[in-house]
Amino acid sequence: MKVLIKGGRLIDPKNAIDGRYDVLADGPVIEGISKNIGKVDSRTKIVDASGLIVAPGLIDVHCHLREPGFEYKETIKTGTMAAARGGFTTIVCMANTDPVNDSRSVTEFIIDRAHAEGVCKVLPCGAITKGLKGEELSEIGEMFEAGIVAISDDGKSVRRAGLLRKALEYAKTFKLPAISHCEDDTLSGGYVHEGLASLFSGLEGVPAIAEEIIVGRDIAIARYVDAPIHLTHISTAGSVEIIERARKVFRKVTCDTCPHYFTLTDEATLTYDTNAKVNPPLRSQKDLEAIKEGLRRGTIDIIATDHAPHEFTSKDVEFDIASSGISGFETAFALALSLVHEGVLDMKGLLAKMTANPAKLLGITSGTLAEGAPADLIVFDPDREWTINRNAFISKGKNTPFHAMTVKGKNLFTMVDGKIVHDEL
Amino acid sequence: MNWKRKDLLGIRDLSKEEIVFILDTAESFKDISKREIKKVPTLRGKTVITLFYEPSTRTRTSFEIAAKRLSADTINISSSTSSSTKGESLKDTARNLESMRPDAIVIRHGMPGAPHMLAGILDSSIINGGDGSHEHPTQALLDLFTMRDKKGRVEGLKVAIVGDIAHSRVARSNIFSLKNFGNEVICCGPPTMIPPHIETLGVKVEYDLKKAVKKADVIMMLRIQKERGGTSYIPSTKEYATLYGLTKNHIDMAADDVIVMHPGPMNRGIEIADDVADGPSSVILDQVENGVAVRMAVLYLLVGGEA
Repeated sequence: MKVLIKGGRLIDPKNAIDGRYDVLADGPVIEGISKNIGKVDSRTKIVDASGLIVAPGLIDVHCHLREPGFEYKETIKTGTMAAARGGFTTIVCMANTDPVNDSRSVTEFIIDRAHAEGVCKVLPCGAITKGLKGEELSEIGEMFEAGIVAISDDGKSVRRAGLLRKALEYAKTFKLPAISHCEDDTLSGGYVHEGLASLFSGLEGVPAIAEEIIVGRDIAIARYVDAPIHLTHISTAGSVEIIERARKVFRKVTCDTCPHYFTLTDEATLTYDTNAKVNPPLRSQKDLEAIKEGLRRGTIDIIATDHAPHEFTSKDVEFDIASSGISGFETAFALALSLVHEGVLDMKGLLAKMTANPAKLLGITSGTLAEGAPADLIVFDPDREWTINRNAFISKGKNTPFHAMTVKGKNLFTMVDGKIVHDEL
Repeated sequence: MNWKRKDLLGIRDLSKEEIVFILDTAESFKDISKREIKKVPTLRGKTVITLFYEPSTRTRTSFEIAAKRLSADTINISSSTSSSTKGESLKDTARNLESMRPDAIVIRHGMPGAPHMLAGILDSSIINGGDGSHEHPTQALLDLFTMRDKKGRVEGLKVAIVGDIAHSRVARSNIFSLKNFGNEVICCGPPTMIPPHIETLGVKVEYDLKKAVKKADVIMMLRIQKERGGTSYIPSTKEYATLYGLTKNHIDMAADDVIVMHPGPMNRGIEIADDVADGPSSVILDQVENGVAVRMAVLYLLVGGEA
């Protein structure tokens, strides 16, 4: 079936396009983009996008789909449905499932499952080390053949620098980027940011240096072996500073942050709200400002969700023992749009961080709206105000610190490979 | 003033007026413990549960005696006798207790915020009997009461708090209340035991015990929180005793009428020398005595209704 998206403002950061264009999708590819596509056959579905923005589907380089093993938290089906609602057409799922995605068979399971039940594209990320234990390399080559797009031990850092070095060298064969969760666990025994709020709450703190030390270490290793490194969920001013400095001499460093790090601070933990427990923790106001400045200057190239759904009971306990993470698919884009409303980024700049830049990192052809490109696109209203309601989430994870917050900007329509997977137009 | 709060979760939440009101109320209860018949009918028919997930001698006994002297019925639950060992969550335990219609639950828990969590879901009054490294409000109240009792005032006193400030809920609660009263507060201990940003609370940090106690009106000693990994912050308790143990020499450097406090349990020969603990400056047992009156006041105000 053909679909014509008519009358919208099309923004494609990759090709520096921003203007009124119609888009015609023919099955999984974009057949045409032009000022006015008038003549279509009667079987073509026409979508009126006037007054709205048409953009490439969003790409998330960091999420948790929980399947296999934690289907009570999320499944590939519910996770991809939530992602599609939030405007994401391609998502990279981390390896900390049960079993861990450290072998061909688990990668194949995820891909098969996504084909069967997923509503958006799922690209698995393979574990760097077997069982995420930080001891032996996973079978990265076999997982690559099965379809992984990156490697990561997300949830923790590869503790032994020598092993990370081997992983970065080894992954070069496959041109796989390594996604690094930066956390020195000898410094990070706490549950919240170590700062003024932790002083008040008495909750054990995690200092900013727990992240920054590994940011520095991993860049040094990557530079030494001349391999790409992507630092994920960057949360501190110091990390931004280190990355900015490193970029000047080593171009293969990229990084992302998540909406919660530029929306909330550690003050959200003062009430012991376990929905504000996330790793790395919500930081200080100074860090939040530095993250925004890093986004503005381009030091931070990508905005990821770190969608981390949890079942209610794992959050309905004492703060210390509550699970870490925020269910982010259905709020990320609206929170990110606040950067445009606040003037931190222009619309094209924001969309680049959620489309073209992640596509480049992953080496995939989506993330753009050119003729012949995959027909993955969204239609959204940047000014529509709505109130976040966790009970209305499609995701099984209702764990969000943004419940009842009024936000501005809403995705209304998502198309994946020419198929309409979300439509509230 | 009219008492409006249902719960006592922390000293930081209280206004100075509220604190003074509790202390004044405690004053009127102090006398009861000295009578031959140490009981008044004020809380007859009320039920107070103490729910302790961490060991305690003083605090729990103090709450129980306070409740009993006001004629309330008391039930004690400790972690070894509770369902937590069978995997029941804290919220479920609390909801079950609530079904038996207690009027107040005093909770001690190793995790900060546990009392706040219960306060949010229960109708009973929740009293924080110590939550992790966070707060121990009734301790701070009885410390203030003791200072006022011994010195005639709280305002203007120079207070040195010495020891593992970072992991001490007693230190935190006392800092909050003393800064509320505008006191000069000096925090002293090895730098590893001083939490970052503490100066923003308006306290001074001093690593040298001799300087910290100089001209102090009150010296408050803390123990090393072994259960919160306290010993990993120092090379040895022997060295700690050498550098931070309070001796007679220190007393001589302080104000002439200095008082020495300790929330207990004391580790004699480590943070405090025998002759100081048992010496004329020590008010450590007065603190324990005053604890009963202060907790009677807290129970009365939270459970007893209008004054």
